[in-house]
Amino acid sequence: MSKSLKLFATAAAPAAAVLVVAYNFADRNVTAMPPLPDRSEAIAAYTAPPPSPLMAAVATEGDATAKFGLGRPALPEEIAAWDVDIQPDGTGLPDGSGDVWTGEELFEDNCAICHGSFGEGVDNWPKLAGGMGTLADEDPLKTVGSYWPYLSTVWDYVNRSMPFGGAQTLTADEVYAITAYILYNNDLVDDDFTLSKENFAEVELPNAGGFIVDDRAETEYPIWTGAPCMENCKDSVEITMRARVLDVTPEEDGAEEAAETMGAESSGGAPVEVAAAETTETTAEMAETEEAVVAVAADPELIATGEKVFKKCKACHKVGDGAKHGTGPHLNGIVGAAVGAKDFKYSKALTSLADSGAVWDEAALAAFLEDPKGFAKGTRMSFRGLKKAEDVAAVTAYLATFAE
Amino acid sequence: MSDELKSSRRAFLKGGAAATAGIAAAGAAGAAEGPDPLITELQDWASLTGDGVDATPYGLPIEFESDVIRRNVEWLTADTISSINFTPIHALDGTITPQGCAFERHHSGAIELAKEDYRLMINGLVDTPLVFTYADLERFPRENHVYFCECAANTGMEWAGAQLNGAQFTHGMIHNMEYTGVPLRTLLAEAGLPAETAGKWVYVEGADASSNGRSIPMEKALDDVLVAFKANGEALRKEHGYPVRLVVPGWEGNMWVKWLRRVEVMDGPVESREETSKYTDTLEDGTSRKWTWAMDAKSVVTSPSPQAPITHGPGPLVITGLAWSGNGAITRVDVSTDGGMNWTQARLAQPGQKMALSRFYLEIDWDGSEMLLQSRAMDDTGYVQPTKEQLREVRGLNSIYHNNCIQTWWVRETGEAENVEVS
Repeated sequence: MSKSLKLFATAAAPAAAVLVVAYNFADRNVTAMPPLPDRSEAIAAYTAPPPSPLMAAVATEGDATAKFGLGRPALPEEIAAWDVDIQPDGTGLPDGSGDVWTGEELFEDNCAICHGSFGEGVDNWPKLAGGMGTLADEDPLKTVGSYWPYLSTVWDYVNRSMPFGGAQTLTADEVYAITAYILYNNDLVDDDFTLSKENFAEVELPNAGGFIVDDRAETEYPIWTGAPCMENCKDSVEITMRARVLDVTPEEDGAEEAAETMGAESSGGAPVEVAAAETTETTAEMAETEEAVVAVAADPELIATGEKVFKKCKACHKVGDGAKHGTGPHLNGIVGAAVGAKDFKYSKALTSLADSGAVWDEAALAAFLEDPKGFAKGTRMSFRGLKKAEDVAAVTAYLATFAE
Repeated sequence: MSDELKSSRRAFLKGGAAATAGIAAAGAAGAAEGPDPLITELQDWASLTGDGVDATPYGLPIEFESDVIRRNVEWLTADTISSINFTPIHALDGTITPQGCAFERHHSGAIELAKEDYRLMINGLVDTPLVFTYADLERFPRENHVYFCECAANTGMEWAGAQLNGAQFTHGMIHNMEYTGVPLRTLLAEAGLPAETAGKWVYVEGADASSNGRSIPMEKALDDVLVAFKANGEALRKEHGYPVRLVVPGWEGNMWVKWLRRVEVMDGPVESREETSKYTDTLEDGTSRKWTWAMDAKSVVTSPSPQAPITHGPGPLVITGLAWSGNGAITRVDVSTDGGMNWTQARLAQPGQKMALSRFYLEIDWDGSEMLLQSRAMDDTGYVQPTKEQLREVRGLNSIYHNNCIQTWWVRETGEAENVEVS
């Protein structure tokens, strides 16, 4: 345990003692209805000044089991649903297993769009593989293989927080398989490897021993404590680096211009170019479809509902002025547009639909939104689908309000 | 001079006649050049009527303050849904950060979670695992405390050199609010803690898709950690974890779990993603520190600064800034105008409070010459805020987190300022 913990331990004692005092006065017959429990003393204990250290010492020996009687016992099913964290020794892992090859397929469908097919990372998204031996370099590459100390962290994070925009949709076997594939990408297992609950603890990550507990109390605080220099503290002062030379600050002209540039703040000109480049031709059929949709979309309540439903989508899909591709393509003008018409790296499932001349009319959108993988087997969209037909109609109405 | 013109240009655009007065005031104090029309001429606002009381049921800042906003640095992250923005500290004063411009950090976006849908579970090594509703939480005794919340990565872009030109961007991953909530220890006691709590941990987890979770040693959990539902007197904002967030005084912001849904008492840390692959500090030799929770003493001059240049020319100048320490209370702040060669003790607006922002002022008679402005904080442990060079000597360049170095602003004769590094 670190030094800082010891510091806190001393500070915690009096505070805990206050609590105990309060509980000693707290009513313990909370289940008895008549007569009404008298909580005045408990309240007084909370509002009174803290007890003296002597009183506190006495109080800590007292009965700390008194309760307010608030809340209700958590049911086993509830705990099972939420308590899914995994500890470094594998405690908490469910039964199951998954192999590298299954993991590769799952990774391609669920993860590759951000992390790359081999965990190499796309744009600014995290790289998951490589970087062995770079931690002491000028620009270290921190990946599961080069940096993460525990495999439990990978399993836990994939299981609870991934994929982005569709967290907690993977089965235990799928998580085992994806974890196995990430290990494979880091050259830590062979391609015939199967990860399971049983062999999980046998996998040790290369950087497991690469961490030390916070040692600032020994290595820093002693040398940066004491009366600081006030006069003639150095011989000369020279400017060695300027932020303006680097020029990576969002606004060029400082606060004065901020109000004027607020609307266009989010980026320096790029969105305009993207929007211009992605303007697609509209066919006569599309125009007809759009008109039909616009008629439906005239219901502002439906559009408002659609905006709410769209929250499920917007982790990956942007709409509105200057919308750019994210994890998924932007959806301006999507209703009535040809499938796969945007300059986006679509899955094979969608490009083949596009080749067949499919159009995102209401029927196609509804079928896709209700069951993405059923409508387009192999789509990278990890979304489970909208169960309610009215949600599908609402989100379609909402999307129809955004022109290309 | 160019900056004087620039800043008055906006005033001119916004306020017409006010700009003329601005230019007059920018000169040396003395006789007016002529009668000020703002005084001699009847102004609309002094004659016509303003908004009624029903115009704004919940008020926002007046339009003239529309540049006092959170800002994003787009190149930092892949997507704004898993990203951070920055508090406009250069434009604020006092110590309390208004919620509407307090920085946000999300890992899966700011979710909408209604009070009626809110549940908090306490489980693990407790006598009775419990579920609380929001209404339950309101029935426990409450406390009020002012604390700063600083992202461990605040100033993290500056390790290798001066990068971002503005206090908002270099130091804006911080806010300071008055929280109302229930001590975590009260809720843990309600569920019943083991007789021996030494060596135990709590794992705290959010309800959003990122399921952000952190392990906190029991000593801290029983000390001052707060389960908060109000900030600055009103409900938490969505982006800060409405309806309930955790407040972990003095410790890195990532531990202040938003949309808090579960607290598990455990016999060891989970070693989650956010406490292994992130929020660990790599040293020069490639080993990394973990469990670096406390935010060490730090300060920054907020004005003048790159986004808050001096617009009034030589004469009386208020230098002001913020100081804070996650290890205690600020006891003193020194300011240097010559890049750290000589220092003057600044004036604290209020006595420092533990784990809360302190506001400092140094009033000088500026002669209009260049300044290399720095501030240096000290806390009640005797710790003195280090220079960037001192930090690098111990940690190298790749720590990312916990950069609490002394910041330098190069203030030019024109009054404009730039983020620089000095020898």
